[in-house]
Amino acid sequence: MSEVIVVTSGKGGVGKTTTSANVGTGLAAMGKKVILIDTDIGLRNLDVVMGLENRIVYNLVDVIEGKCRVKQALIKDKRHPSLYLMPSAQTKDKSSVKPQQMVKMIEQLKEQFDYIILDCPAGIEQGFQNAIAGADRALVVTTPEVSAIRDADRIIGLLEAHEFKKIDLIINRLRYDMVKRGEMMTAADVVDILSIPLIGIVPDDENVVIATNQGEPLVGNSTMAGRAYQNICERVLGRDIPFIDFEKTISFWTRVTGIFHKN
Amino acid sequence: MDFGRIFRKKSSRDIAKDRLKILLISDRVNCSPEMMEMIKTDIAKVISKYMKIDAQSMEIQITKTGIKGRGKTPSLYASIPIIDLNK
Repeated sequence: MSEVIVVTSGKGGVGKTTTSANVGTGLAAMGKKVILIDTDIGLRNLDVVMGLENRIVYNLVDVIEGKCRVKQALIKDKRHPSLYLMPSAQTKDKSSVKPQQMVKMIEQLKEQFDYIILDCPAGIEQGFQNAIAGADRALVVTTPEVSAIRDADRIIGLLEAHEFKKIDLIINRLRYDMVKRGEMMTAADVVDILSIPLIGIVPDDENVVIATNQGEPLVGNSTMAGRAYQNICERVLGRDIPFIDFEKTISFWTRVTGIFHKN
Repeated sequence: MDFGRIFRKKSSRDIAKDRLKILLISDRVNCSPEMMEMIKTDIAKVISKYMKIDAQSMEIQITKTGIKGRGKTPSLYASIPIIDLNK
């Protein structure tokens, strides 16, 4: 049975697209048939993060409008044969797609794929409604900041109203050095506030920027973020994976300065 | 090194946590009026099965009480005037 997962956050810039790319790639690397759908019409980005921007011919809106068949709009990934991307349209606006049409298209895709991952746009308007319409599971991405958590809470409320079967939390860009100094909320604090199950913690890692520069998802490699995303993928599949203790990997220097920052 | 930090009692982590807790309660209370109305009619329907109530003057509200300390969820209070206990 295929699963339709929407990656959402409310606030922009917290890492929805990076999460979608890495979770999708990670699941494909584990042998699952995966399709990533960029639902951010007008501001497409998933293609760039995946490094597939030069291969786009047709897009999501073309499929919805019947200008091409679903198959024609699918871009095969460079790295994994079981991974596909359906890019969004850059020149249209969010009102060109309706939730009902999304549901219909997703139903078609369910026949071919194990996992359908929808990269949701920021906000709670039409684009969000389109992205969640056909999904039955959600990954809510947030950073340990007041504004992002507030928006995540709003999103969780909306998802609950839509009767999602499963809503899991990903805490992105956690800085262990700051947590240690008491200058950032801990993962436990965020879980306590949002009260939904935690499926992953991704540390703030410059390798994410480097990977995006290169258009290569970093899931599965030895970087901190790469390992964190790998674990998220395993947990998406239902495996019980312990959370990595990244505190041990914090550099010696942060530890030294950390002592002075304590009060 | 930041000397100001030594004299400050509350860490910014705690400030963030406290602000969020207060903020989210008021955010959550602001559920749409339509939804509140739906909850109200549903509650009235269920209670009416067992006793006669005055559905017209019944009131429901989500309050912020009990948030201090651990209890993180706001509570729903319903005031339902009973006309007859035995239906």
